[in-house]
Amino acid sequence: MTDQTLSASRLNIRNLPVWLWSFLGALLVWVLSFTIAGQGAEGMLVAALSFSVFTVMVGLGQMFVITLGPGNVDLSIPATIGLASAVAMKVMDGQNGLILWGLLAALVCGILIGGFNYLLIRLLRIPPIVATLSSSFIIQSVGISYGRGLQIKPPAALSDFTFSRFLGVPVLAIATIALSIVASVVLHRTIYGRTVLATGQNMRAARFAGLSVERTRLLTYVLSGALAALCGALLAGFSGGSSLSMGREYLLSSIAVVVLGGTSVAGGRANVPGLWGGALFLFMISTLLNTAGFGSGLRDVFTGVIIVAAIAITGTRQPLR
Amino acid sequence: MTAPTGTAIELSGVSRSFGAVRALSDVNLLIAEGQCLGLVGHNGAGKSTLMHVLAGTLRPDQGRIAVGGEQHDRISVHLAQKLGLRCVFQELSLCPNLTVAENTRILHPSIKGLGWRQKAGKLISAMLDRIFPGHDIASDTVVSDLSIGRRQMVEIARAFTVSEGVLRLVILDEPTSSLDATTARQLLEFVREEVRTGVSCILISHMLGEILDYSDQISVMKNGQLVAFGPVAQFTRERLVDLMSGGEHPDRAARERSIRSLADAPVAVRAQEGGQGLPFVARKGEVIGLAGLSGHGQTEFLVRVFEAARARRADVTVAGDVSFVAGDRQADGIFPLWSIANNVAVGSLPALRNGLLLSGSKERELSSRWGRIMGIKAPSLDDEILSLSGGNQQKALFARALSTSSAVVLMDDPMRGVDIGTKLEVYDIIAEQAAGGRTFLWYTTEFEELEYCDRVYVFQNGRIVGELQGQDITEAGVIGSSFKDKDAA
Repeated sequence: MTDQTLSASRLNIRNLPVWLWSFLGALLVWVLSFTIAGQGAEGMLVAALSFSVFTVMVGLGQMFVITLGPGNVDLSIPATIGLASAVAMKVMDGQNGLILWGLLAALVCGILIGGFNYLLIRLLRIPPIVATLSSSFIIQSVGISYGRGLQIKPPAALSDFTFSRFLGVPVLAIATIALSIVASVVLHRTIYGRTVLATGQNMRAARFAGLSVERTRLLTYVLSGALAALCGALLAGFSGGSSLSMGREYLLSSIAVVVLGGTSVAGGRANVPGLWGGALFLFMISTLLNTAGFGSGLRDVFTGVIIVAAIAITGTRQPLR
Repeated sequence: MTAPTGTAIELSGVSRSFGAVRALSDVNLLIAEGQCLGLVGHNGAGKSTLMHVLAGTLRPDQGRIAVGGEQHDRISVHLAQKLGLRCVFQELSLCPNLTVAENTRILHPSIKGLGWRQKAGKLISAMLDRIFPGHDIASDTVVSDLSIGRRQMVEIARAFTVSEGVLRLVILDEPTSSLDATTARQLLEFVREEVRTGVSCILISHMLGEILDYSDQISVMKNGQLVAFGPVAQFTRERLVDLMSGGEHPDRAARERSIRSLADAPVAVRAQEGGQGLPFVARKGEVIGLAGLSGHGQTEFLVRVFEAARARRADVTVAGDVSFVAGDRQADGIFPLWSIANNVAVGSLPALRNGLLLSGSKERELSSRWGRIMGIKAPSLDDEILSLSGGNQQKALFARALSTSSAVVLMDDPMRGVDIGTKLEVYDIIAEQAAGGRTFLWYTTEFEELEYCDRVYVFQNGRIVGELQGQDITEAGVIGSSFKDKDAA
């Protein structure tokens, strides 16, 4: 609802809703893929949805963090995915009956990491970018000593769930779309969400308006940790086991989908649908480059260039303060 | 090369406006060689603007400046350096991450080559020794490690250092504001000594005693104009206070609002100062003015009250919720990406919920009701807040604070840059709200606004030094309390 009100007063074509561009981009690459590169149109769409689920999940957390304002970013997401997936697999121990406990353990792990990040930022006054980066080293070290030689297969029911479909659509995608809708409501229709948006625009003003800025920052880092942990546990089910480096690609992509989706890097303006556009676009382009024979290194270069371009284009639209 | 007039600097017809505000209008000022000019005036009288023009940091709209007989339309920072004009600004200008010596080098491009740190260090240490004998500042100390008073000493000493060229004029803007009595006296004695060697000096101070004791000439500014100029013998303390306030002693009886007796009302805010300051008490329904020179701790006091209402503090007790009206809109008030309605409603979010979620209709209802009360002029409250004029943005901030259920409203000089029509409307609303039992703590730099207060506390250096009530709330009364010299306090 707020997306409409934000863009209602703008008629200029440059001022189409930002998130539309990511969907248009995804659509274009998709069409290119099956017309020129000869991919199966439907198969590619389903694959894109299945993989986007994980990017969107961590992207949601990252979006809330980035919306808190300049300097706020969670770089510990990859490490959290790695550790939480290991914890989940160990607790589940391959048994279907322990799936819920495993998910719960992973969530607790993510919540603790988020709280730890906030403590570093708040008590030690470390900039978030440094705090989350250094905590990710700590998490990684814990993960290495904890999960050394961990070779536990995920419970069959968990794997089945991550691959299951409803009317041809991955169930996990449906669930994540529902999660996105909840996130959107939280963002625009709760005091917490309003506080995130207000803090991102002007932290001093948010304090003087009587909002609980610090509690909100804590909740946001905790939310990001919890979503990363959930993503880790599900990803382990999806890919047949956990590995510490499993989350590596999500460092870049969690930030990329937020930016591509039209969330302001300067904070204060967030966009949930755009996350899906960004995630689909990233997956499509990476598949296209893959079929065109580009190596993974070059694909990363390309992703980086796209992010820089997106920030450069959207950056000029920010009102000057 | 110096003109034989004995005039160091002559300003003629200098004017400067900021938007609609005329900070300087047609100022003519003559600073003689080897003299100290004392410059006094209330906040916003234009003193600092005038000094910025001389230092080259502000360009005058009109007027000419003659330095040593040479005419200049405007002075650039570079030219000011070349002409030997130095300025010690009120807001200290040393780079905190550099050492004392490195900061000195910034002013002296001629110091270069190997060992420049030592050369600059020697220069500044020698000057510090001359002005403040017995100081304990090492030239290799990083400035951020120095106390505010020592920083000011370095800043002053730096202004008097000479490496090449001449030193013609040093402007000291509130130089003693963070110095203790002994160092302040050392500085003022040094100024007298330096003046005898032919250097000119402009001394800006709110300590009228300093001005009367150490100047040769005195200028008084009010509302951007020079209202008096002459040798020091023509002035007394009382005359200066009178001149600054324009001799106005408005008739308090003419005020529409009668003086209310609220001595029995319950206490809304109580603050006890740790030091020698007076205690602060605000009762339910009172409008309390926080007066004094700007930047003397009024805003900090409001912030302290604000925090005390949210988390218990030992020194401040607040009965009920508080809300805050920011004066510095851009820094403390506005959410620039939001609509007017969102900006108004953000203060009352808990009351706008239906269950867990915020209700759009309640939000619209609240913001349109208060938009109407405050008379916000906008086609629609869904328009962006930045589409409003400054005055209307300020009204939106008032609407945000008043639409809450808060018992106490804190106002941080909220009428900055607001036109007179809006002001009068808001004054009425404040009076109405106070009659309804709300307490207002109102920091203002405008005397006229104190007329709307039941009682006034005067701040100096973060402490409350005076309390005025009823008939005593006059411009002269406030200036009298805030110009108490350090020795007297």
